[in-house]
Amino acid sequence: MNPLMTLRIALRALLRNRMRSFLTMLGIIIGVAAVIAMVAIGEGAKAQVEASFAAMGTNLLIVMPGATNAGGASGGFGTGPTLTWDDLKAIQTELASVRAAAPVLRRSTQLVSDEQNWSTSVNGVTPDYFSLRSWAMEKGNGLTQQDVDSATKVVVLGATVASKLFGASSDPVGMNVRIGNVPFLVVGVAAKKGQSSTGQDFDDVAFIPVTTYQRKIQGGLQKYLSGQIYVQAVSDVTKAEKDVRELLRDRHHLAVNDDDDFSVRNLTEIAGAQAEGKQTLTLLLASVAAVSLLVGGIGIMNIMLVSVTERTREIGVRMALGAKPRHILSQFLVEALTLALFGGLIGVALGVGAAGRLAIQFGWPMKIRTDVTLIAVGFSAFVGVVFGLYPARKASKLDPIQALRFE
Amino acid sequence: MAAARQAPAAAPDALIKLEAIRKTYVMGDTEVHALAGVTLEIAHGEFVAIMGSSGSGKSTLMNIVGCLDRPTSGRYWLAGDEISRMSVNELAEIRNSQIGFVFQNFNLLARTTALENVELPLVYAGVSAKERHRRAAQALEKVGLGTRTDHTPSQLSGGQQQRVAIARALVSAPKLILADEPTGALDSKTSVEVMALLQELWKAGITVVLVTHEPDVAEFAARVIVVRDGLVKEDRRQTPKPAIPAAPVPAAVDEAAAPPAPPKPETPEAGGAA
Repeated sequence: MNPLMTLRIALRALLRNRMRSFLTMLGIIIGVAAVIAMVAIGEGAKAQVEASFAAMGTNLLIVMPGATNAGGASGGFGTGPTLTWDDLKAIQTELASVRAAAPVLRRSTQLVSDEQNWSTSVNGVTPDYFSLRSWAMEKGNGLTQQDVDSATKVVVLGATVASKLFGASSDPVGMNVRIGNVPFLVVGVAAKKGQSSTGQDFDDVAFIPVTTYQRKIQGGLQKYLSGQIYVQAVSDVTKAEKDVRELLRDRHHLAVNDDDDFSVRNLTEIAGAQAEGKQTLTLLLASVAAVSLLVGGIGIMNIMLVSVTERTREIGVRMALGAKPRHILSQFLVEALTLALFGGLIGVALGVGAAGRLAIQFGWPMKIRTDVTLIAVGFSAFVGVVFGLYPARKASKLDPIQALRFE
Repeated sequence: MAAARQAPAAAPDALIKLEAIRKTYVMGDTEVHALAGVTLEIAHGEFVAIMGSSGSGKSTLMNIVGCLDRPTSGRYWLAGDEISRMSVNELAEIRNSQIGFVFQNFNLLARTTALENVELPLVYAGVSAKERHRRAAQALEKVGLGTRTDHTPSQLSGGQQQRVAIARALVSAPKLILADEPTGALDSKTSVEVMALLQELWKAGITVVLVTHEPDVAEFAARVIVVRDGLVKEDRRQTPKPAIPAAPVPAAVDEAAAPPAPPKPETPEAGGAA
């Protein structure tokens, strides 16, 4: 009585009741398919979050000025003039953990071309900004240090703005755009970045030298840096964050108990937290699916119990002809295992199919986790053994005389 | 009735030896003595009919002789091995190798071909597939069903089904064939055919023990043991009446039109032979 033989007997018994076998497997099929699909969706979403944060730039910190406090009403971060250009210089030069830092001053302004106009966020930046965000030029050469030094009136357009002002296929480099009635020469179109995780269009933006921004757009008080500082860490973002915070607290003469009059955002941490959130959701969904596997197992047990009762006389005959209890045990156990395992495999196929479809629908990469797949199949086999054991034991413990007499 | 008990002298080559076999069932507060001390010997090559009315204990006796059940007390030797002390697994091995069962309701596996049904004992004996096929086909040939190996029980008449069952009992070359009311579900004509087959096996040297409540059937045996109230009441030898079927057995094979036996017996559902 070799295992192959037992498997053949089990397969024959299952094929005799095709419909019933299929319905019994359904619980496992749905459970496994759900696990695979859910995890794939979770992984896809996570990958998308990671990709959008990578688009922001790697190892990035954003330093924002503190809040105004006018008569008790706090204006929120970024409204108070607490960062100075000297602060920026200090961050750039004094910290070993910082690779580069760039100011970003922005205001929503209308851009006008010969034919169209478009309101967008106009950013005063330095060439460093593009390297910080690893943002290449699609067309043209972009901003140079020379432009910043002499405050030339040049502009780099985001892909969205370029197509809104000049049409999708045209090359706007060398054309003129008016910003607040001042003509600017287009020196580049930035490469497409896509969307942030919150759906914000990275490409709906225009860049001009920060010095030009101060003179032509900002006006007013220029001693303070009324925008953000993008800081790129050499490698350890947390270290850089700590260094920047200490430096600024020192420069702003804050006492030990004083709150920061600025804020530092660590984008890597935010990305991690978001990805973690998605992962928690994935885990939750996967555990719901695991419950369905368990229910599937109970279904198997139920049908196996019915099957044992139905086949009591067959069991009696087999025993009379020399089947030992372990032969009967393995026969029914293998049947349960086969049901569960086949259900698991069909479930994997269905789950992968569903995940593929959903990935296409949501436009994110399909990620099938091999370990999860193996665990799902393994778990369904485990369910088959666990829930098959009781009916199989019941069958093997039948008294041959009683079993032969069973009607 | 001590006078009626003519227990044969203890033959040295006894196939079955029962000594003070008792079987007691507890039903609620009362004890039921299905067998109240049976001592019995059956030699190699005998053809014995065990008779008795329902409740006499003959079924219990057959279950113990067939190693399906163990006695409450007493000792039982089959071919020299003491059965009464064997484990469940050892009993299964004895049933597999030493005993061939023939049941009243055939007990063939449904939706399983005659050949596969006959192969079943060899499956549990661990015989290779090729050898199983060969021996099963041979056994079916012997009972005159060599041309029906791939028929399922529902495609066979009652008599043919019982002959498949006899082939299944024969296939592991047992020392003992135990037939429990083998003609109980058959009409008189097919009954005679089945009895002729059993007589043939007996003449070929196999020990046949037949359990029946019909005196007509017991006539075909060479020794009749009557059981009543859990005891052997009568043990006599007789000249067996030859079973002569209306048509010779091999010819009966071609009676494709033969209607199935009137009381259509149930066969156990599902499950495959091999």
